[in-house]
Amino acid sequence: MNQIKYETVIGLEVHSELSTKTKAFCSCTTEFGGEVNTHCCPVCTGMPGTLPVLNKKVVEYAIKMGLATNCAITKSGKQDRKNYFYPDLPKAYQISQFDLPLCTQGHVIIHTPEGKKRIGITRIHIEEDAGKLLHDVLPEKSLVDYNRCGVPLIEIVSEPDLRSADEAKLFLEELKSILECLEVSDCKMQEGSLRCDVNVSVRPVGQVEFNTRTEMKNINSFSAACRAIEYEAQRQIRIREEGGTVVQQTLRWNDEKGESVTMRSKEEAHDYRYFPEPDLVPIVVSDEQIKAIRNTIPELPSAKRERYMSDYGLGEYEAGLICLSKDMSRFFEGCAALGANPKSVSNWLLGDISRMLNEKNLQAGDIHIKPEDMAAFLKLIESGVISNTAGKKVMEEMFETGKTPQVIVKEQGLEQVSDTSVLDGIVKEVIAANPKSVEDYKRGKTNALGYLVGQAMRASKGKANPQMLGGMIQEILSGM
Amino acid sequence: MELYQLSAHEAAGLLKKKAVSSQELTDALISRIEHVDATVESFLTTTFEDAVATARAVDKKIAAKEDISPLAGVPMAIKDNICTKGVRTTCASKMLENFVPVYDAFVTKRLKEADVPILGKLNMDEFAMGSSTETSYFKKTKNPYDAGKVPGGSSGGSAAAVSANLAFYTLGSDTGGSIRQPASFCGVVGLKPTYGLVSRFGLVAFASSLDQIGPLAKDVTDAAMVLSMIAGHDAMDSTSVQLPAQDYVSGLGADIKGLKIGIPSDYMGEGTAPEVKTAILDAVKVYEGLGASVEYFAMSASKYALPAYYIISSAEASSNLARYDGVKYGYRSEHYGNLLEMYQNTRSEGFGEEVKRRIMVGTYALSSGYYDAYYKKAQQVRTIIRRDFEAAFGKYSVILTPTSPTTAFRFGTHMSNPLQMYLADICTVSVNIAGVPAVSLPCGFDSDGMPIGMQLIGQSFDEATLLRTAYAFEQSTLFAQARPSI
Ligand SMILES: [Zn+2]
Repeated sequence: MNQIKYETVIGLEVHSELSTKTKAFCSCTTEFGGEVNTHCCPVCTGMPGTLPVLNKKVVEYAIKMGLATNCAITKSGKQDRKNYFYPDLPKAYQISQFDLPLCTQGHVIIHTPEGKKRIGITRIHIEEDAGKLLHDVLPEKSLVDYNRCGVPLIEIVSEPDLRSADEAKLFLEELKSILECLEVSDCKMQEGSLRCDVNVSVRPVGQVEFNTRTEMKNINSFSAACRAIEYEAQRQIRIREEGGTVVQQTLRWNDEKGESVTMRSKEEAHDYRYFPEPDLVPIVVSDEQIKAIRNTIPELPSAKRERYMSDYGLGEYEAGLICLSKDMSRFFEGCAALGANPKSVSNWLLGDISRMLNEKNLQAGDIHIKPEDMAAFLKLIESGVISNTAGKKVMEEMFETGKTPQVIVKEQGLEQVSDTSVLDGIVKEVIAANPKSVEDYKRGKTNALGYLVGQAMRASKGKANPQMLGGMIQEILSGM
Repeated sequence: MELYQLSAHEAAGLLKKKAVSSQELTDALISRIEHVDATVESFLTTTFEDAVATARAVDKKIAAKEDISPLAGVPMAIKDNICTKGVRTTCASKMLENFVPVYDAFVTKRLKEADVPILGKLNMDEFAMGSSTETSYFKKTKNPYDAGKVPGGSSGGSAAAVSANLAFYTLGSDTGGSIRQPASFCGVVGLKPTYGLVSRFGLVAFASSLDQIGPLAKDVTDAAMVLSMIAGHDAMDSTSVQLPAQDYVSGLGADIKGLKIGIPSDYMGEGTAPEVKTAILDAVKVYEGLGASVEYFAMSASKYALPAYYIISSAEASSNLARYDGVKYGYRSEHYGNLLEMYQNTRSEGFGEEVKRRIMVGTYALSSGYYDAYYKKAQQVRTIIRRDFEAAFGKYSVILTPTSPTTAFRFGTHMSNPLQMYLADICTVSVNIAGVPAVSLPCGFDSDGMPIGMQLIGQSFDEATLLRTAYAFEQSTLFAQARPSI
């Protein structure tokens, strides 16, 4: 039996809360948190007789994202009502956009291990967020918090151009970096300001048509998206292998259990009865407005990446990683501007610093090291004042405490020992204590030298200058 | 002559001359309401204390020789779908029986800023759906000319209150004729302004693209004064237009010599009662006597206006009324075991038959698979009707039609056959579909002594010409002075 190879086809719908000061249709604050039902008013709670008035910033921000993702901008658009009943939706309709989204037909480039890949953006439209149900306050009853109700969102819909969970993750990271760069969303996943739904289908490699897809909702982290995609692709492949049929349906992803459960079948799909929102006037966008918005777009992560490669000599991978985060690239450029070696900065940033951020579950914005301290730190290593090994300790301390490297080196006595009289003693001790390695070296096993240097470094508690140690040991051995 | 028999501008004039105080005017109306409204049943809520307090404040201002607004101190009342802060706003529905808004409608704010004593809230068809005020959950308002007949609707309470001298003027709302038709049935003046001229903020929505607030008044001058007060841009309503404030009163007296009036022959078809037709033809003679020219023309698309109106208005209503779900305010059923049951029972118990019928029609018309055949087609008709009006206004300054094909009918006439009732809107709905302004004014009586109304339709935002045309007729006839004997 010949084994069919499958490929996964993925499309994403990314919802991003816009960081406007006020809500989409009233003047309530969009600030996260706050006492339950304090960031709302008669308009956003859908009281009888109230009317929405569109916040112009919402259009501006959405167009900004559209331009940054190479979209065409709809010059004469409108908003529509999406009708459905749910207690978190006070008007029982969401103001959204149906057939005339603000932005269409764009794309972004992602950098996969196989090279650049173009991912199509079908559309970006504006809509309002809903409130939140609170199920655990009263027994047997649910309460509603309308604080988030009416917060503006953009929904970014991709073409089904993604072929793996890894690609999906790269795409999400690219979108996030653009949103952050444009400052149109703060992209705080934990506050729900970036969420996505994934559409997944599988097909035998080589098949042109798409197979039936399923949609998974309730995904609130990039890694959850990856897990959901992999789970769903495997589920669909299994069904096909067993001769079954994949059914079109909407699933809810449960990340804790690592599985999806059916929300509704195709037959149960909502009929949202979209129709043009009669309370709002058409959205008319002029060429001048588009031009003015285009002028506010800063250097995008993709352009920055190219610049890091050509100006700083970074590799594509390193440049890409740094550019994904606005805070990281700001830090990087701050250091480079002070004359720090860009490659060294990149190595520390993507190595020890990223590791510590991950361990502590922090973001690049939480790096408290000042660029001037980073530059000074690198100078200490380059000039041989501290060893690379001691550098790791200094870096950890800088990361933790924000102290300057000079202070840390002094406090902990981490200056590199380059005094030959001190080193001489250590070298002699190590050679005496490791006769077997000495023999090995003489027999031509040159890696024995490395071992001896390592032992000497250890004996010096990491403070010895490794280059000098190496030279001295080699000299003694070759004289033996 | 009793104080309550005055027109609003007469009352305002006496106030300014200090011949009468606002408190006296207010007290006169309160006592009139207390005596007569048991019969008419136009008020759902009265706010006499607030009205008196406002009246006293106005009297103080007058005594202190402070400037007051043209209608300051002249008491009125408001249709109960217009929000009044701290005063329940029911839309004549069980659903909102105890709903007290924490905000004023834009027009309510304007009235308060103008120091107008507000006497209370007026009965209507539930959520403004109906042409007889019989769909009110609370009471049946009587036509002041014949207590066995309806006052029209949906602003039936607003029309009856003015007709019976219970308020110097009132505010109503008009989605398909809801100001003009009851004005015509009760023998008063009713004006539906151009869509966008008066803010809809705080008007509980029936059909957002058609609804407009307007005055019901004893004569054209009063209507013009009220319009001057409530028109104007409101940042809280995106559909409200930015136009400079206008005084609609000062131009009323200009003559209408040479004015071209068109009569769409389609509006005088078979369904039109002969006495109504006669009254309109008499009005034509009056206009010709005033030097205007009158011509018949065809508006062929108008036969599609009624179905288009019922689809658009019901579709929007189905969405606008979805918020009454028992979650946040208003009625909530006591019988439910889960969310779906709460929704179903709340809405089944809270809405009346006519409202439910329109929600069903509207939901159907917007459903996927039917949208193109109904809602989209209705919007296409809307475009054609707009163009028809534009073309007509290329030739005529004002269009003249009956307001309703018949005079007021007996209670229960159409309750078993809603389609028959819908047909009564034939003359008025096109106006809302096109968004143009129109006024209904008394132009005769039938053999039963019931008032007949004629409708004048104007160009968008040209209320000035429209009102001037109406005023010219009013000054040449005595119909405006007629009042029921109640
Ligand atoms: Zn709000």
